[in-house]
Amino acid sequence: MISIPLLQEKNKSKNMKKSKLLMIIGSFLLLGLFVFPLWNITLEAPQYPIPLGMDIHINKFTDTHEFDIKNINLMNHYVGMQYIPETIPEFKIFPIVIGIMVFFGIVIGFMGKYKLYMTWFVLMSLLGIAGMYDFYLWEYDYGHNLSPEAIMKFTNPDGSVMGFQPPLFGSKDILNFTAHSYPLAGAWFMFTGMLMTFVAFFVGKREAKKK
Amino acid sequence: MKKSIISMFAIAATTSLMVSCGGPSSKSNNGAIAGNAAEKVYVAPGEHDSHYAFISGGFSGQLSVYGLPSGRLFRVIPVFSQDPEKGYGYSEETKPMLMTSHGFIPWGDSHHPDISQTEGSVDGRWVFINENNTPRIARISLKTFETEEIIEIPNSAGNHSSSYVTENSEYVVAGTRFAVPFPQRDMPIDEMKGNFKGALSFLSIDKETGHMDIAWQIKMPGFDYDKCHPGRGESSDWFFFTTYNTEEANTLMEVNASQNDKDFIAAINWKKIEEYVANGGGTKTPARYAHNTWDDDAHTATTKWENEVLVVDPSEIPGAFYMLPTAKSPHGCDVDPSGEYIVGSGKLAATMTIHSFSKMIKAIENKAFDGDAYGIPIIKFEEVNYGTLEQPGLGPLHTEFDTRGNAYTTFFISSEVVKWNIKDLKVIDRHPVYYSVGHLMIPGGNSRTPDDKYLVAMNKITKDRYLPTGPEVCQSAQLFDISGEKMELLLDFPTIGEPHYAAGIAAEKIEGNTTKIFKLKENTHPYRVTNEAETKVVREGNNVHIYMSMIRSHFSPDNIEGVKVGDKVYFHVTNLEQDYDVPHGISMIGANTSELLIMPGRTTTFTWEPKAVGVWPFYCTDFCSALHQEMQGYVRVSAKDSNTPLKYTLDGDVPGEDEEL
Repeated sequence: MISIPLLQEKNKSKNMKKSKLLMIIGSFLLLGLFVFPLWNITLEAPQYPIPLGMDIHINKFTDTHEFDIKNINLMNHYVGMQYIPETIPEFKIFPIVIGIMVFFGIVIGFMGKYKLYMTWFVLMSLLGIAGMYDFYLWEYDYGHNLSPEAIMKFTNPDGSVMGFQPPLFGSKDILNFTAHSYPLAGAWFMFTGMLMTFVAFFVGKREAKKK
Repeated sequence: MKKSIISMFAIAATTSLMVSCGGPSSKSNNGAIAGNAAEKVYVAPGEHDSHYAFISGGFSGQLSVYGLPSGRLFRVIPVFSQDPEKGYGYSEETKPMLMTSHGFIPWGDSHHPDISQTEGSVDGRWVFINENNTPRIARISLKTFETEEIIEIPNSAGNHSSSYVTENSEYVVAGTRFAVPFPQRDMPIDEMKGNFKGALSFLSIDKETGHMDIAWQIKMPGFDYDKCHPGRGESSDWFFFTTYNTEEANTLMEVNASQNDKDFIAAINWKKIEEYVANGGGTKTPARYAHNTWDDDAHTATTKWENEVLVVDPSEIPGAFYMLPTAKSPHGCDVDPSGEYIVGSGKLAATMTIHSFSKMIKAIENKAFDGDAYGIPIIKFEEVNYGTLEQPGLGPLHTEFDTRGNAYTTFFISSEVVKWNIKDLKVIDRHPVYYSVGHLMIPGGNSRTPDDKYLVAMNKITKDRYLPTGPEVCQSAQLFDISGEKMELLLDFPTIGEPHYAAGIAAEKIEGNTTKIFKLKENTHPYRVTNEAETKVVREGNNVHIYMSMIRSHFSPDNIEGVKVGDKVYFHVTNLEQDYDVPHGISMIGANTSELLIMPGRTTTFTWEPKAVGVWPFYCTDFCSALHQEMQGYVRVSAKDSNTPLKYTLDGDVPGEDEEL
């Protein structure tokens, strides 16, 4: 976003449309997902003065501090939660989907058809929502699909089996832990990029009217 | 005997004389505790102390780690003695640490800890500590707070003038307190004079790893070398050793070694010896001694047998050895932060001798000598002496320094610490201690840059200072604030064993560098496992090797059958945890050894020789988790001639054969 005024200068000289640049750069920013983690889940407890954390990338889970995932698994096995898998099918699908969207975004940008910008944005938003829903489903399963041989079984006040699903977004107390779930740099690259493509549509529309 | 009684009377008479003329008057037992002393030592729950103090465990053989100013004990590091709590000296991996040329020795007498230095300041990398009884020097890592290396010192006995380091940790020294035949041989004791020698050893320290090697050993005259300190700044090429028994007496030493009014401080230019040795000087001499090193990847110690030392004769290196006359049977040999003043605490004299390094150099240039001791020139007393501190107290032992030109000396007989100015040789303050103080420590005290807020006095006896605990009561440390003109007593706290000396350092130089876990992937122990699937039991004749893992909260395998009476069972146990402060322990009913306490990522071994058939349990000894009590297992022991097949399982499955494991 910061770079936009500079780009405008460049625009005039090269006579390139502002909307095109927004669309191209916006799509390009999604590549940040390949570099930075998308999301973070952190677990705080008195015994963990340095909290346990897991970073979610589009293609892998990583430790916030070395061995955190191993230690989360060890904590969670007491209540019968499954181990966080080494990999999930989504880690194959997400990079391909993002790659394709970046490619088309840049192509559409060069084509300069502003209506397609909105199409791209809507499609990307739908894919994003699908991704979040998928994440929610995984989280739900992770927090509820407990081993029948769980060492410790907890129930809610209403008698139902207590789940340990971390929040999709925000913070939540789960037994002795406080779980935090927030976006990281990768997500901010994506949000910023998507916002730019959204703006590109309106800028493109205005540019078309001026003509 | 008659002579000795007369001498005792003489000492007693001197003592009473001293008390009547300027010795300490008796004060109230509380000392002058100011109102805010409690505030000054209070470290709130969850807060950290500002300094580490590594206090010698004396005859416990260990090294204790305290916090200052709180006086809280954090850890006792096993060094020269077995420690069943930590399995040190009991586990197969740590047994080699206590190996010597005399065989395995379960105990040692630890003395003088000293922290490694860089450019004249303590750097917090290692602590060195000497063992007095069976001469050894240990190096302790300040990353793991574990003993990493112990090297035996041959040709030495009573390794007391040790283990001080030079100002860039080039060398750590070991000097003999007992003159002995060098090399050892069968000879009449009363032919000692001229035939016994005093070995002073310089051990090189590897700059990166800290590994020690005996670089050379000096064959000094057969005196007793009591204490020592390195020079610093201008005098950094030199090392100074106090001597007593220059009489070379071999019996009733308390009298016969106390006849000369002056003994010596030996001044030794180690740089000159280094050059001499680098040019091929010295004689390689056979000597068998153990060199034990710990490997943090293999989690195992090994003993290397060394077969020779390089022996250096003082007569071969002119200009490297001098004797400085010093009153009388000096104990402490302390060098001030500037390196100019060398303080000899003549424990049997009424005065303290302060020598000047610059005068010494001038005297050497002018050849201002007064005879020699076995060929080593003796510098004229007045040509090297800066001055004497007259009647400062009784029985001066040790001196440390602040950065403001003051020295602090302990007085054993008059039980006090005396603050005095080095330049004007004037007593500034004195404070009683309870009782019979030996060493004292100012953090960084043996360096160019003392960190001079606190002083710790270490007392040999406590009598009525604490709640009584039968005939044996604790020894103690007393903390002073020395930031003001007057010393202020803040705190008493008990110590482990007899606190011979201590080394202190600002916490910030250590606390960020400590090891939290050992990485499993870096574990190279031959019997390690990196996951449960690798756990197994292997029989080799009568030896049964259990490759066992531990993780919250079970062992794998935890059911073992097919062990027989007469077998030797090796439990090689790996802690699979990779989380800070999650050790597990293990103990086996009837095992003739200690428990093991195993840090995350480490593999450790104990042995068990079952003597009776049955089903015998083992369990985790460390409260590792909410399921700690369930962390247990069984070994079935069958008769010697039984056919029970070897079998090992976890939850009914053989580890590694079920994918879920």
